[in-house]
Amino acid sequence: MTTGRREVNDVPLPRLHLLGDAALLCDLPAPATLAQQQRIWALAEHAREWPGVGETLPGMNNLTLTFDPTAIDLDTLTARVLEAWPKLSAGAVEGRLVEIPVAYGGEHGPDLADVAAHTGFTPAEVVRRHTAAEYVVYLLGFLPGFSFMGGLPPELATPRRAEPRLAVPARSVGIGGEQTGIYPLVSPGGWQLIGRTPLEMFDPAAEPPTLLRPGDRVRFVAESVQT
Amino acid sequence: MIVVRKPGVLASVQDLGRHGHRQLGICPGGALDVLALTLANRLVGNADRAAGLELTMGGCELQFEADTRIALAGDDFGASLDGVPLWPCWSVPVAAGQTLRLAGANAGGTKKPGVRSWLAVAGGIDVPPVLDSRSTDLKAGFGGLQGRALRKGDRLPTGVAMLDAAQRERRPFGIRGPDWGPAEDDGAIALRVLPGPEFELFTLAAREQLWGERWRITPQSNRMGSRLEGAELRRKRSGDMLSSGVIPGTIQVPPSGQPIILMGDAQTTGGYPRIGVVIRADLWKLAQAPLNGRLRLVQVDQPQALAAWAGQQRYLAQVAQGLAAAGWPGAA
Repeated sequence: MTTGRREVNDVPLPRLHLLGDAALLCDLPAPATLAQQQRIWALAEHAREWPGVGETLPGMNNLTLTFDPTAIDLDTLTARVLEAWPKLSAGAVEGRLVEIPVAYGGEHGPDLADVAAHTGFTPAEVVRRHTAAEYVVYLLGFLPGFSFMGGLPPELATPRRAEPRLAVPARSVGIGGEQTGIYPLVSPGGWQLIGRTPLEMFDPAAEPPTLLRPGDRVRFVAESVQT
Repeated sequence: MIVVRKPGVLASVQDLGRHGHRQLGICPGGALDVLALTLANRLVGNADRAAGLELTMGGCELQFEADTRIALAGDDFGASLDGVPLWPCWSVPVAAGQTLRLAGANAGGTKKPGVRSWLAVAGGIDVPPVLDSRSTDLKAGFGGLQGRALRKGDRLPTGVAMLDAAQRERRPFGIRGPDWGPAEDDGAIALRVLPGPEFELFTLAAREQLWGERWRITPQSNRMGSRLEGAELRRKRSGDMLSSGVIPGTIQVPPSGQPIILMGDAQTTGGYPRIGVVIRADLWKLAQAPLNGRLRLVQVDQPQALAAWAGQQRYLAQVAQGLAAAGWPGAA
């Protein structure tokens, strides 16, 4: 199932596709931009209010909606998405600014030296650039509270480790390719670990259970640097 | 209390799952066969949302400290209560001190084909709900009993049963189990599948192989996904995909070309192309499909998928009506 019209008023329309019998994928044309992602968050917020829509799950440049086909049929849901999309404003979802303290290097960031070697900066300069940028949470996925962030300064991009670790410590801050992020839980992982935060990214007993939400802006603050 | 004498390969507390938190990266989890858990719960007078146990590959022993009533659904693994056989989808009274035993997958030198069983106990397993669910999130380590699989010596509290003493002690009775549909000639299990968002990214040959292959379920399968082995599904061209939502039933194809059907504990987003999605009405068959068994994937369209779902809901409604007519509580 592909929608006929590609755009309305110069706004590219999502390509809609069923994901099983009770979920709809709204896939936006490349490239992924912050403005387009902001409209995805706005669509998620709208769609949550529609009768028959269950969960909304932003991906990178896409949105998945689960729905109850006995409460809203596919044609109606499709029409609602396509009608709503061009009217959404990119600034509708106001993210919070969250500061994340990080102990960089040493035992907390065993790969800081490797990132420095790869990028050609000193470890201190890697930390300065990592803390100077402002990041945006595009989506949460992979693990509870794991955020996919945009905004890593391109010069800090470092390939994943050749051998992934079997157990990355919880709250480790890492760089994986052009992304930076924080492991909420102990898990296997291949990112370069440059530091660790004392903040809990995921606490199932808290409300809300994750520190970050899609749309939030993030700044890392250096608590300490060991080089 | 229920005392875990032997947990088997993997036993965990599960209910209908933890829904509404996918956008925070929290997977729905829950009983992989929701239909089986629902039937078992109804058979002991529980609400559908009550928590039960998901048992894997038999080899399990549970002792009941108080009089209660239990029902087992899924594979029975030669289940017996103090030596008396216990059939799947039967509701049976239990006296304090009795022990439920499920034989191991290789017990007695004969390899049993089953994989999972779901046990309901009158009153449900009464662990504290976390994010509106008692399901164990094994990967993230929360929910269920201390966020982990059951161990020998664990003691599981049970909630207040809706059965009165007479109902609890009533003689055993059973219901007709769910319909597996027509059997395949070669014993394969047929799962109905809708083409996924990236179906067209695959070569024509791969799309034909998807429906034509008899896929083997490898022993590397778990609650996150069933890993299949068969023809190598090739894409027309390689390339990276951006992270996008996945749901239980999603058939994703990593670069190896060997598909993985995601299950309840899978991550919420993935980066591999989704060649298809198993329809909701057939997910329970996947949860019960034995390791090293064969799967056949059958293409359907959304109306067929919804008709299959409606059929399953009708069956559940019939079960509820029958139990209500017999004066049984629950089934809400």
